[in-house]
Amino acid sequence: MTAATVTPIGLSPDLDIRGLRRFTTAVSDTFAVMARNLIAYRRVPQLLVFSTIQPVVFVLLFRYVFGGAISTPGVPYVDFLMPGIFAQTVAFGALNTSIGLSLDVNQGLIERFRSLPMARSAVLAGRTLADLVRNVFVVALMFAVGFAVGWRVHTGFLPLMAAVLLVLLFGYALSWIFATVGLMVADPETAQAAAFPVMAPLVFASSAFVPVDSMPDWLQPFATYQPLSVVVAAVRDLTIGGPTTSDVIQAVLWCVAILAVAAPIAVHRYRLAT
Amino acid sequence: MPDSAIAVQGLQKRFGDVVALDGIDFEVPPATVFGLLGPNGAGKTTAVRVLTTILRPDAGTATVLGLDVADEAERVRARIGLAGQFAAVDGNLTGRENLRLIGRLTHLPRRLIEGRAAELLEQFDLTDAADRPARTYSGGMRRRLDLCAALVHRPPVLFLDEPTTGLDLYSRNQLWSVIENLQAEGATILLTTQYLEEADRLADDLVVIDHGQVIAAGSPVQLKSRLGGTVIEVGFADPGEARRAQGFLVNYAVRPPDVDGSEVRFEICDGARVIVDALRTLDGEGLAPATLAVREPSLDDVFLALTGRRVEPEEASEEATRGAA
Repeated sequence: MTAATVTPIGLSPDLDIRGLRRFTTAVSDTFAVMARNLIAYRRVPQLLVFSTIQPVVFVLLFRYVFGGAISTPGVPYVDFLMPGIFAQTVAFGALNTSIGLSLDVNQGLIERFRSLPMARSAVLAGRTLADLVRNVFVVALMFAVGFAVGWRVHTGFLPLMAAVLLVLLFGYALSWIFATVGLMVADPETAQAAAFPVMAPLVFASSAFVPVDSMPDWLQPFATYQPLSVVVAAVRDLTIGGPTTSDVIQAVLWCVAILAVAAPIAVHRYRLAT
Repeated sequence: MPDSAIAVQGLQKRFGDVVALDGIDFEVPPATVFGLLGPNGAGKTTAVRVLTTILRPDAGTATVLGLDVADEAERVRARIGLAGQFAAVDGNLTGRENLRLIGRLTHLPRRLIEGRAAELLEQFDLTDAADRPARTYSGGMRRRLDLCAALVHRPPVLFLDEPTTGLDLYSRNQLWSVIENLQAEGATILLTTQYLEEADRLADDLVVIDHGQVIAAGSPVQLKSRLGGTVIEVGFADPGEARRAQGFLVNYAVRPPDVDGSEVRFEICDGARVIVDALRTLDGEGLAPATLAVREPSLDDVFLALTGRRVEPEEASEEATRGAA
């Protein structure tokens, strides 16, 4: 280590950021954090590989093992299944937001970030955006897997793109719920355990894999109107055909409602996190 | 420029029932090194976290370069650097990427970031490892990278929380000269430490804190003069002999000697001369020391002198107060 010879005054030309620059700085901070999180996915490919194996196994399991026993009148089971798989994939993917943030808390990185002159929103926005980018890859992969096992889109390109956007929006909204979980727990293992009680009913007490009318009466209302089922219904409309407007509106409303509640809670939690 | 780089008045912070800071006061003049000395759980880390805007104080005020840490937190953050004892770097990023990230988040002009990162990596002997993920670094390398991260934007005020805890002797000496260089360049540095030796070597002024309160303040010289300077420990065959020796040694010590089992501990001012006289007296009384140790006073000695008790091992660790936060 040798001596530096320059006076240690702030290198930034303008230490106090005001006005419009506050916004542009917040955007730039968010992208810096997002890029940092994406590097982790690139450098630790296991993160991506293991989290995609599980949905692929689900596709194979339901397509070839359980599917034959599930009756979906008027629709090939694979066309019924794949919209459920997409929603389920991004739902489990939201766990990455928890795991990533709990690791940051654990390593003391959140503490360092909180001592930096960066935008307060950037850590969470950068994290959730990185997980959104990750979801783009995972959803594309699941499309390929779906086509390989016989899934067909009966509508057209635009409805299909609308379905993709809806699935990504849903995943993004869920990320904010799991951001709060990640900030509150001490380590990644706990993050996963803490998420399970939320995840299990969301994914399994839903119309993702089986028609709701095969469930007991007391479960049907929940299984029909909970957000994952509503999103799955809209994606089915958009890929199989039929009236779409009502289901899509409901699905978008669910996503917006989740964001409107979960994001402020997560931001509040970030301010308290140590 | 305000008179003090850091000014703390009546600062209080509690976590539930645990009082971490119980009204501390101190001032740090610009371009000086200030030591916060105390055992684990004394409140050192909490004080650093309040001063770096991570925690809000419950009562009292703290300013950095005249800016209030609670009300003008964002302006404070643009002017400080923090290196903690937990080496907060991202293990998945390379050393260089870690510094780039901090450069962007401290809003350095893009054209300066690469050069600044390379300069710091060079300065801290990390150039060879610069493009390896930080998770492959040794503990000492991570600590150096953590310090680089604190320096990226050349903050005029630097907070170092136990910068040398757990470092080997070589790295510790390196870090000490880095701190001295930064001070020479005009930076104000607040460091926490459990080692009196470290505070003695680096700090212009220091406060000793215990249970969230300042129990002594001054320069290291002032503090040591209250201790007597050199600590002598003489071991005897049994506690009875030790007690008898205590009676004779009282004439040579700056404070009444202290008996711990069969060992007598006392502090002297005049070094070698006094030791020879004291041993001669013991010999004349037929007391043959079994062991003899001469050493510089430690934090434990400061504590004993200031509070009459020894540093309690790990009673309420800083970790515990972190958890409670």
